[in-house]
Amino acid sequence: MEASVAFSDLVNGATFFDRIGDLRNRAVLLATNDQLSTAIALIELDGLARRIVLCTPELTDEQLSSVAATAQTDAIVTHPTDKLMGHPFAIRSRMASRLLPGGGRSASDAASPTEWILLTSGTTGMPKLVVHSLESLAGALPRAPEDGHTRVWSTFYDIRRYGGLQIYLRAVRSASSLVLSNPSEPLHEFMARAAAAGVTHISGTPTHWRRALMAGPPRNFAPRYVRLSGEIADQAVLDGLRAAFPTATIAHAFASTEAGVGFDVNDGRAGFPAAFIDDVHSHAATGVDLKVSDNTLRIRSRRNALRYLGDASSPIMDGDGFVDTGDLVERLGDRYYFRGRHGGVINVGGLKVYPEEVEAVINADPRVRMSLVRARRNPITGAIVVADVMLADPQLFRDDPVGREQITMQLLKACRLSLPSHKVPTSLRLVDALPLTPTGKLLRPNA
Amino acid sequence: MSIRDTVYAVFRQVAESQDRTLAPMTDDLRLTECGLDSLSFAIVVASLEDELNTDPFASSDGITFPNTLGDFVKLYERAPAPI
Repeated sequence: MEASVAFSDLVNGATFFDRIGDLRNRAVLLATNDQLSTAIALIELDGLARRIVLCTPELTDEQLSSVAATAQTDAIVTHPTDKLMGHPFAIRSRMASRLLPGGGRSASDAASPTEWILLTSGTTGMPKLVVHSLESLAGALPRAPEDGHTRVWSTFYDIRRYGGLQIYLRAVRSASSLVLSNPSEPLHEFMARAAAAGVTHISGTPTHWRRALMAGPPRNFAPRYVRLSGEIADQAVLDGLRAAFPTATIAHAFASTEAGVGFDVNDGRAGFPAAFIDDVHSHAATGVDLKVSDNTLRIRSRRNALRYLGDASSPIMDGDGFVDTGDLVERLGDRYYFRGRHGGVINVGGLKVYPEEVEAVINADPRVRMSLVRARRNPITGAIVVADVMLADPQLFRDDPVGREQITMQLLKACRLSLPSHKVPTSLRLVDALPLTPTGKLLRPNA
Repeated sequence: MSIRDTVYAVFRQVAESQDRTLAPMTDDLRLTECGLDSLSFAIVVASLEDELNTDPFASSDGITFPNTLGDFVKLYERAPAPI
């Protein structure tokens, strides 16, 4: 069963939260079960709450507590889906939200613009909190369809994650329809539903799109604009999409929760033109400065996040205001290509995995001396996680394959118990030694 | 074991280790309905690379993404033999 909400209901001040007024000027933890209630709550809370903490799905209770404490939230909005279905649209608060076109005419109820706190993966297993504002998140987005044509947006992403949030903001800012995804829905049914709704613009990660190509898009699905972000878009997926959607613009975007949206590439080629770096005039046009330092891409723009929240956080920006994206790039001729992540952060289908957090689980076993978790390249998800483990006692199980098999299974089981599936090593092998740097740190491969 | 048997066996192993319910396997089975998610497919491809020493996705001479299990098997049957 499909649920939908018309923008006109929201602009006129409808709300399904009886006590929305109580949330004025508060720091609100937004953690509902579904995207639609989140979509509505964001519109209602912006301009009213002092701070909104947008929780990603599937957080553990421990992570929620940690996030609530770090962000010092004093209210929580959580809304079970069955209540949403039965609840009548109640009344009538003045809409101070600046999200919708025409919103924000009345003086804002909050003292200053609402802070939007987004979550991103951290090394310790607790999410990092990134401070944004509506200006940094959506400031560059067009308010109305530039070409006057109706747009219907959709995305494979959950809108509570950065990539999906961007699409939500694009749709809401221009009062365009938005078709939300459903995690339990098979991909070809989602695309059929999108086709039936007349979706014209759709976004996803390269991994989402590879699966969509495997599903075979329905014949009547003909978006005008196909967007990729969240992972490196390789030439194979770009070519596959060109073949599947011959009349569409295929664009891949570079963006991150910290750096904001960096740039779009629509020429059908992987990587990006060197002119984006070389040409100082492009800054004036886009408001985004790009540079390459130590082989990683740096971005400075008004859309950078302002800072991290939390005691042990490092600054997001360097002295000149540039955010280090951590992505390694290599120049070949007139183009830069992405080569992987600096510092070994592993990207599995758009989801980040820090080697350290997996190693911590493996190393907790007293029989382990140390472990090295790294990426193995993969054509489906970009990379998968693998682990090399050094035992504390090198003689243990040396001539005992059954024992080796057993401890391998036990370590993997420990990983499965504490980590989401994309972080669990897909293979784990026992090694005699691990490479170290001259200073004695684990030598991590770049890619 | 034929390539087809190897592919089927890997699908079953990965489904089990990832705790997914595999649909009955036939050539016509649509891959996006077989019960595996992206991560499981990634592991299937990695396991097949280890078993068969080949990654047909790596040679991207205009590869058509397979729709069905039968297409997927053919991709591996047609891949050039390892050196």
